[in-house]
Amino acid sequence: MTDLITTPDKGLDAHLVVDRGTFRLDVELTAAPGDVVALLGPNGAGKTTALRALAGLARLTDGHLRLDGAELDRTPPESRPVGVVFQDYLLFPHLTALDNVGFGPRCQGATKAESRAIAAEWLERMGLAEHAGVKPRRLSGGQAQRVAVARALATRPRLLLLDEPLAALDARTRLDVRAQLRRHLAEFEAVAVLVTHDPLDAMVLADRLVVIEQGKIVQEGTPADIARHPRTDYIAQLVGLNLYKGSADGHTVTLDTGPVITTTEDLTGEVFVAFPPSAVTLFRDRPTGASARNLWHCEVAGLETHGDQIRVDLTGELPLAADLTTVAAAELDLHQGALVWAAVKATQTHSYPT
Amino acid sequence: MTKLDTSDAAAETLKGGPRRRRVRMTGHGVPLPLLVPALVGLAFLLLPLLALLVRAPWRSLPSQLTSTEVWQALQLSLLSATLATAVCLVLGVPLAWLLARTEFPGRRLVRALVTLPLVLPPVVGGVALLLALGRNGVVGQWLDSWFGITLPFTTTGVVVAEAFVAMPFLVISVEGTLRAADPRYEEAAQTLGASRFTAFRRVTLPLIAPGIAAGSVLAWARALGEFGATITFAGNFPGRTQTMPLAVYLALQNDPEAAIALSLVLLAVSIAVLAGLRDRWMTTS
Amino acid sequence: MTRSARRTRRTLQVAGAGAAALLALSACSSSDDSSSSKSDISASASPKMSGTVIVFAAASLKESFTTLGKEFETAHPGTKVTFNFAGSDTLAASITSGAPADVFAAASPKTMAIVTDKGDGVGTPVTFVRNQLEIATLPGNPDKVTSLKDLTRSSLKVVLCDKTVPCGAAAQKALTASKLKLTPVSYEEDVKSALNKVVLKEADAAVVYKTDVHAAGSKVEGVEFPESADAINDYPIVLLKNAPNAVAAKAFIALVQSAEGQKVLSAAGFLKP
Repeated sequence: MTDLITTPDKGLDAHLVVDRGTFRLDVELTAAPGDVVALLGPNGAGKTTALRALAGLARLTDGHLRLDGAELDRTPPESRPVGVVFQDYLLFPHLTALDNVGFGPRCQGATKAESRAIAAEWLERMGLAEHAGVKPRRLSGGQAQRVAVARALATRPRLLLLDEPLAALDARTRLDVRAQLRRHLAEFEAVAVLVTHDPLDAMVLADRLVVIEQGKIVQEGTPADIARHPRTDYIAQLVGLNLYKGSADGHTVTLDTGPVITTTEDLTGEVFVAFPPSAVTLFRDRPTGASARNLWHCEVAGLETHGDQIRVDLTGELPLAADLTTVAAAELDLHQGALVWAAVKATQTHSYPT
Repeated sequence: MTKLDTSDAAAETLKGGPRRRRVRMTGHGVPLPLLVPALVGLAFLLLPLLALLVRAPWRSLPSQLTSTEVWQALQLSLLSATLATAVCLVLGVPLAWLLARTEFPGRRLVRALVTLPLVLPPVVGGVALLLALGRNGVVGQWLDSWFGITLPFTTTGVVVAEAFVAMPFLVISVEGTLRAADPRYEEAAQTLGASRFTAFRRVTLPLIAPGIAAGSVLAWARALGEFGATITFAGNFPGRTQTMPLAVYLALQNDPEAAIALSLVLLAVSIAVLAGLRDRWMTTS
Repeated sequence: MTRSARRTRRTLQVAGAGAAALLALSACSSSDDSSSSKSDISASASPKMSGTVIVFAAASLKESFTTLGKEFETAHPGTKVTFNFAGSDTLAASITSGAPADVFAAASPKTMAIVTDKGDGVGTPVTFVRNQLEIATLPGNPDKVTSLKDLTRSSLKVVLCDKTVPCGAAAQKALTASKLKLTPVSYEEDVKSALNKVVLKEADAAVVYKTDVHAAGSKVEGVEFPESADAINDYPIVLLKNAPNAVAAKAFIALVQSAEGQKVLSAAGFLKP
C-alpha cells in the first residue's frame, strides 16, 4: 500500500529536535499518507512537545519537517496544512458548533455561506446535524469531541494531530467515540499522528506505535509487535508483561541480575525474556518433581485486584508479577510478607534478541 | 469514616450551634457585621444625591433648562466623553494586549506608568498635557509648525484631556480580562489557519468583550465628570470647551440654582446611560 | 516658623473645601460676639495676640498679602497668617457656605456684596486699594500689541477672566465702553489662571491686572491701555462675622490699611484707594 522509497515526497518526514535546556526531544518520524501513528509514552516523555513541534506551536531547535515534500520547519502554524484536535477540544465558546467547524474554511478564504455549507456537511458526517446551532457549553463530552475532530478535518489538512483525543471522556462514552474515531481515521487519506498514554487507545486507533521515553524513541512497530516484544519496563508494564534482560546461551538465559531462565528459543547474545503474569504458578512449599525448570523463591510485596483476578507483586530471587484467581489466592493464604515459590513453564516464556 | 459517623457529627452541629447554622442555612440572613457597614456605605453614596433632589429648585427648573448654554454644555460633554472613550478603546485595547500577552524588559514599570493618570491630580495632568502638547510643548510645537494643529482651547483638546484621565480605567480592566482568558484559544485558531491578528480579532476580542464593555463604561463616566485637566488644558469657552462640569462650577459661584439645575441634567443623563448598560456592566461572562 | 499659604489656585481644592464646608458645618450660623470693630490705623502698639488668622483674598493680592502676612507674624510673634487665594467669586461662595475665615478681601464690590448681603460681614467693608487692568503679552511682545483694539485681531489667542470674576467683569466693562467685540479662546476662572496661560506661552495675550503683570516679572510683557481707566476695580476688605480670631483679624486689616501696608501694596502696582 505505501512504499516510502518510491514516493518520498508524500507523507511526513520529520526529525524533531527541541532543546529546552533541561529536556531534549530528539525523534524521527516518518509516515505515509493514510498511516495512523500513535506516540505512546509516560508523562513528561515529550509526546506533547513533539505534537506542538509538528503543529508549529513549538519551534524546532534542529532537524527538519517535511510534509508532502514541502519544508515546513520555518512556516508559522497558520500556514501549515496541519489540523489539531486538542485534549480539551478548545472549541470557541462564543461560536456555535457550526461556526466552530466553519472557522477553518473561513480563514482559508471561503465566504460565510460557503464555510457554513462545508461545516454542515461535516457535522452531518459526524451525526451531529441537529446540534449545529448549539454553543459548545451545551454539548456533551462525546459531542464536543466529534465537533473538535470535524473542525480540524474541515480544513482538509495533510497532517492531522490528535492530543489525547479520548482522555477527557468517561469510560462509557470512550467506547463509542473510540469506535467512531477509528472509522474516521481509517477514512482519512493523509497522515494522522495521535498522542496518548492509554495503550488501548493506541492499539485500537493506530497502525503503528512509536514509544517515546525521555525525549527519545525507545521502540516502534505494530501494536502486536510491541505487545509481544516490549523493550522497556514502561512498555512491559503497559502491555502487562514481566520483562527481563539477559545473556542467552542456547536455551538458558542468564539475567543481568543473576537468576537463570530456561526458554524454548535457542539464541545467543543479549536477549529480552518476557512472560505474562498469568503464566506464573505459585506454591507454598517447594514443589518436587515438577516439569517447570523455572522456579524461584519469592516474597509477597503486594496484592491488588485486577479485574476479577488478584495480581500478586513478588520480590526476592526474581521480581515478578503473578495473576491468580481469588480462590487460589485464598487457598495459599497470601498476605504481605508471605514466602512462596513461583514457577513458570519454559513454553510460556518468550525470548527475543535486543 | 463510616456513614454513621458523619450523620452523628451533623446532628451534633445542629444541636450544638443552632444559631450559626440557622444563619448560614436560610441564605437571606445577612450577618450584621456586613449589613451595617454596607448600609452606611450605601447611605454615604446616596445622601448627597438625595440632597440634590430635595433642594432642587423644581419651580424654576424649566426656565433654567431652556437656556442654550445648558444644552450646549450637555451636548459637548456627551460628545467629548464618547469620543474620548473611543480614543481609549483604539489605543487602550492594544496596549492592554501588549501588557498581558507579551514579555518585555521593564513591563512592570510600564504597567505602573500606565496607571499614573489615576494618581495624578487632574490639574497637574492638565499642566503636563500643556507641557507636552501645548503650543510650545515638547511634541506640540512640532504639531503646530508642521501640521498647524493646536490642541489647547479646542474641542479636540477636551477629548485629549478626557482620554488622558480615562485611559487607565480601560487598560486595567481589559488587561485583567485578557490575563484571565485562555491563550490556547488563539493557538487553536492559528492551527485552523488564522494569522495572529485574525485570531485576536475573531477569537480573543469576542471572549474579552465583557471586560472591554466594563472598562468602556468606567472610562466614559470618568471622562464625563472630568474638570481639572479639561479646564487647564482646553480652557473654558461656551460651546467649544465648556463641558457640563465646568458650566456647573462657574454657575455655582453666582447662581447656585442654575448650578443645581445643570447638575440634575448631568445626573439624569448619566443614570440613563449607565442603567441602560447595566446588564453588560454587571455580568462578567 | 512662618508657613506660607500652601493653598494654590487649584480650583478643585477650593471647590472641595467649599463642598466639605457645606457638609461639615451646620447651615444656621452661630451667634457672634457683636463687639464693634474699631479700625485701628496704627499697626504698632499691639495688645497680646496669638493664634491663626485665616484670610480669604482675591488671587491678584497673592504676592502683596503674602508679604504683609510675614510682616504681621514678625510684629506679633505667636501668630500665624494663613491665606486662601482664589477668584473672589469662588471665595465669596465658600464664605456664604460656611467656610471658616477671619478676613475677606475681594477684587470688586460686587463679589464683596455676595458676602455682606448674606450678613456674613461685620460693619461696612472698606476699600483699601484699587486695581487697574493691563494687557499681558509674551515676553518681547512679538505680536506688537499696543492697544485693546489690537487684541481683537483674529490671529491672536487672547484669554480673559470669566465674567463672574471681578477681573473679567472689569474687562467686559472696558470692552463695552470702547465698543469692541473680543472673542477670547478661553474664560479663565481666576486672574492667575489667565496670566499663567501667557506665562506658559499657550496664549498670546491676557487681560489681567497691573499687579499681576508686575508680579510675573520678565515672564510677560505688560501693555497699558487707556480704556482701563474706565474700569478700575475697588478692592474692599471686611472682617467676617464668624471670625474665629476677630482680635488678630482686626489687627491684620489695620495693617493692610496702614502706611506700611499701603507701601507694600503700591510697590506691587496697586492704586491708592
